Amino acid sequence: MAKHRGRGVATINYPIGMNLGGDPSQALVHSNPSGKFTVALSSIDLGQGMKSVTRQICAETLGVPVDDVYVDTADSDTGPHCMGSFASRGTHRVGNAVMTAAREARGVMLEAAAEELEVDPGDLETDGKGSIRVKGAPHRSISVRDVAIAAQFRQGKTISGRGIFLVPLSDVDPETGEMSPATCYAHACLIAEVEVDDETGDVTVLKMNSTYEIGRAINPKLVEQQLVGGSWMGMSHALYETPEPYYPNTRDGPRDFNEYLMPGPGDICPHDITVLERPAPDGPFGAKGPGEMCANPVLPAVANAVFNAVGVRINDLPITPEKVLRALKARAGSPAARTR
Amino acid sequence: MLEFRKDIFADERDDNLIEVGQPTARQDILGHVTGTSPYYDDHRFGNLLHLKILRSPHAHARIRSIDDSAAARAPGVKRIIRAADVPVNLNTLLSLIQFGKDDEPSLASDVVRYKGEPILGIVATSERAAIEAMALVRISYDQLPAVFDVEEALKSGAPSVNAAYPKNTFEYYGKYDHQKLRYGDVDAAFKQAEIVVEDRYQMSPIEHAPTETNGSIAVPDTNGRFIVYTSTQALFFSLDTSAKINAMQSNQLHFIGGTVGGGFGGKVDTLTEPLSILAARLTGAPVRYRFGRHEEMQFGSPRGAERIYVKDGIMKDGRIVARQVRCYFDSGAYTRLSSYAVVKCTAHIPGPYTIPNVHADVYCVFTNRTPATAMRGFGVTAVDFAMECHIDKGAVAVGMDPLEFRMLNMYRDGDMKAHRRQAKNTALIECAQVTAEKANWPLRDEFRRMSSRTGGSLERGGVVDRTRAPALASAPKLAPADAGAGRTRVPSVAPPPVVPQRIAYERPMAAEPARAAPPQQPASRSVPTPSAAPPASSPAGSTHGAARFSSVFGTRRR
Repeated sequence: MAKHRGRGVATINYPIGMNLGGDPSQALVHSNPSGKFTVALSSIDLGQGMKSVTRQICAETLGVPVDDVYVDTADSDTGPHCMGSFASRGTHRVGNAVMTAAREARGVMLEAAAEELEVDPGDLETDGKGSIRVKGAPHRSISVRDVAIAAQFRQGKTISGRGIFLVPLSDVDPETGEMSPATCYAHACLIAEVEVDDETGDVTVLKMNSTYEIGRAINPKLVEQQLVGGSWMGMSHALYETPEPYYPNTRDGPRDFNEYLMPGPGDICPHDITVLERPAPDGPFGAKGPGEMCANPVLPAVANAVFNAVGVRINDLPITPEKVLRALKARAGSPAARTR
Repeated sequence: MLEFRKDIFADERDDNLIEVGQPTARQDILGHVTGTSPYYDDHRFGNLLHLKILRSPHAHARIRSIDDSAAARAPGVKRIIRAADVPVNLNTLLSLIQFGKDDEPSLASDVVRYKGEPILGIVATSERAAIEAMALVRISYDQLPAVFDVEEALKSGAPSVNAAYPKNTFEYYGKYDHQKLRYGDVDAAFKQAEIVVEDRYQMSPIEHAPTETNGSIAVPDTNGRFIVYTSTQALFFSLDTSAKINAMQSNQLHFIGGTVGGGFGGKVDTLTEPLSILAARLTGAPVRYRFGRHEEMQFGSPRGAERIYVKDGIMKDGRIVARQVRCYFDSGAYTRLSSYAVVKCTAHIPGPYTIPNVHADVYCVFTNRTPATAMRGFGVTAVDFAMECHIDKGAVAVGMDPLEFRMLNMYRDGDMKAHRRQAKNTALIECAQVTAEKANWPLRDEFRRMSSRTGGSLERGGVVDRTRAPALASAPKLAPADAGAGRTRVPSVAPPPVVPQRIAYERPMAAEPARAAPPQQPASRSVPTPSAAPPASSPAGSTHGAARFSSVFGTRRR
């Protein structure tokens, strides 16, 4: 009886946004008279950071500090339509809509600034710190705040913008499955190292090494949050979770968190993550979306590592100690094993 | 630990940005860490009523009679809601995008099709009063035969689960019981393949396990409108679904979401809003309908279980020339979103690999269990599990390192995918290289030099030739006509130059660079154990061939 170590690898890609497209999101951006901007969305921030990502995209596009942008979400009276927060679509779809809206608002802001400075709007640039200045003549500048006041009270302009992003719905050929499922894909490779106890059937994940390519990372901390949390979920899917432990038999279903197994803090392993950014041609600043795909490589990598450790293939998830032990037992009794 | 490798693909990015790329703290962080971010259930109403749902104890049964008279008289009970009270009782979620037939009632009237299906709503002054009244309802059932296995459900004579789809499969394009993917000619390719690997995979159902269960509060507003506080992941999706079921105009509903205590796909289904709104309309009071933990675990829709059969045809030089997949999505008793995931799954096959012949049939199957729904990676997670375990077996069968075997077949810019769109903006080879380097997983030089941006079939005039790893260039090349590209070409008609290429894949034991060997064959392996794992990726194990493992791993060699 012994503990065996093994490594397994998986490489995956993941489509961004709803399959086939046809999933629009809209955004409205407007300034108050003090030059503070509001982004109005009906989109939902599930905790993944959609508000932060759209806020940074808006600030970057407008050319104002992120503190001067507030993202208001999840109200059907004030936020325009959004398909929803799923299918890794938030950063890509909502981000693009916000970018379009912010670009329109920026256009009005520069026009208003140009009128105040008596120059051509094309000669102006933002400094990202709250001022608009003449290119090549930075001493000729005006604050965004003063522009907003002038636009509102003197010029009668609304510094605002509308945005929608829609990937047109693709047809599907019923005979061949020919279709345009997605416009960009995220990528990942993950190597899991496990230890398998051949007496108890327990599988312990010791270490994960991974690389995720997610297009532009709008906010690296939020990317980290997704990738760390997602790999935990992948490990949980691989080794622990199910509401129907003897599927397709429906018996023994857990009813609460005492009965539903998930890895606890002591089961989390070191995870060395590298992020690559190959910008998506149609993503906001090249962003794709790390949300869903981060869990996916963990399941097969762990299963392959179990094989590498003890030579059994568990094809049914989750890889419970019971399944490992049954497979080891079956294998020990097989003629192939005896001849080794 | 997380690091960025900004050097890779740097030439494709403008990194001269100010706000984008910054680790800016989230706008709502203060609320989150001080416990003041409002969840739907943080809204307080003095006269709040509570809706609880009486659910079916049977997986399949005909309802003969319902007697709720005692429950209606029970203390605190304000209203019983029956199927007949629901303005538009039958709905399917994707009717909003004109996909599928209305097949699921908000409240069952004649037949229950899964254990836990809602039958009656009880609105009371407290959740306790509603639950106590529930015990007074008398329902008599005639139990019907039930089916729980996706393949059993497809057999003739299986119990019919869903009245809108009596054959237990979702209907595609008005004529097929599955979604097809047809690319190239798999039959011809399997005939030519030197190794065929087949296996079956089973995904488990998964509970989303959000900290906050599904729920909503509907509040009568002035002017005939209703404000709905909800945990939904998709505000307008839920609003439009609720408007349809309640036969209301969408602008009579004001949905307010916001902070959500975990979604993961489990809060797209609009499980509570239509009935909390109906209850508020019927009573004129604010009504909360929230799932208990047991309801969330067993009757809130889970990630569905997919059963996946994969068959790969492989040449001894490592090229995968054919992949056939048959996949059954267990949708449970109703469609919800599984029909959509089937198409997404089909689009994803054969994964991030350039395989010239691909054939897939993907089914959305109805069984007598809790309807499944979206979850993180919907339509893809299970098929990735199956295909990535399967390709590992292919590597063992062909005697190659599992990562190099993948990289040889990996898609690159310009490659044609099975859904007949050209790959672009790919980056998987680089992911593999970086991960291998960190993990001390030995890759030979030619694999370390590969690039997603070069060597794709666009560059090669549309010809897919996976013998193109640089070091193999000296090996005799396949004639383009035999290389198997495009939708109708049969791959590799000419047997590839087996011997030289086979040797090229053997890892030279002594020629390994100074890089440390991976800990794949730890000391403990030398202890006698039932395992004698074929460490396909280990340098020492590279002499293993397909024949040796054929009886153990279900592979066969031609």
